[in-house]
Amino acid sequence: MSLARNAVQRRPGNNFELWSWYYFRISGVLLLFLTLGHVYVMHIATPIEQVNYAFVAARYAKPFWRTYDLLLLLRAMSHGVNGARLIVHDYLRSRGLRVFAYSVLYSAALIFTVLGALVILTFQPQAGA
Amino acid sequence: MYRGREGMWSWIFHRVSGVGVLLFLFIHIVDTALIGWGPGVYDAVTNIYHTWAIMRFGQFVLIAAVLYHSFNGVRIILIDFWPKGYQYQRTMFYGAMGLTVLALIPTGVLLLGPIFSG
Repeated sequence: MSLARNAVQRRPGNNFELWSWYYFRISGVLLLFLTLGHVYVMHIATPIEQVNYAFVAARYAKPFWRTYDLLLLLRAMSHGVNGARLIVHDYLRSRGLRVFAYSVLYSAALIFTVLGALVILTFQPQAGA
Repeated sequence: MYRGREGMWSWIFHRVSGVGVLLFLFIHIVDTALIGWGPGVYDAVTNIYHTWAIMRFGQFVLIAAVLYHSFNGVRIILIDFWPKGYQYQRTMFYGAMGLTVLALIPTGVLLLGPIFSG
């Protein structure tokens, strides 16, 4: 119990880490709705067997779903990469390894975010599909 | 007090499920990007997700990780911002576990059912 109480008082003092701490919680609440909504729509409301090209084309005809998916992509990626950043910080002690791991992590985050955003924003169904 | 108790396990599960979901996010961006190659390629990929037993099982594990990470995330927020939250951290851990298992019942029927019924 006393440990849990200390954890409450141990909000990070460093400015960046304080914002990161708040960001986890704020983005976490948004992701709770975005992610569970996504899983519900794609797996429960729609039998997954029906998720195919035609389904995505119909879905992406509505700007609402493109906006939804873009928000989910940006939120999930930033929340996840922030978590991975803390894991690198916690488990990699050598400076060289850390720099390497951060470089891989941030490069991957950038490349995959751009790729995902491009698909969401530029997808056009093929004629006759 | 902490080691080996609910607090430690909730923290380990939170990290492991978080890393797992992040890895899937990378995979999911790639499989979605294949839609640019047209219906032939994309439907072949989604068909793998639908028909391979290991892929259906993988999606079940993924949803389990998302559900646990979501519910335990709410628990963490309540511990941090609700003044009495830390007193109920143990109860809330079992609550998060219970909700996860409960939500996995319909998920299991939908995702794993067809594996066994052919």
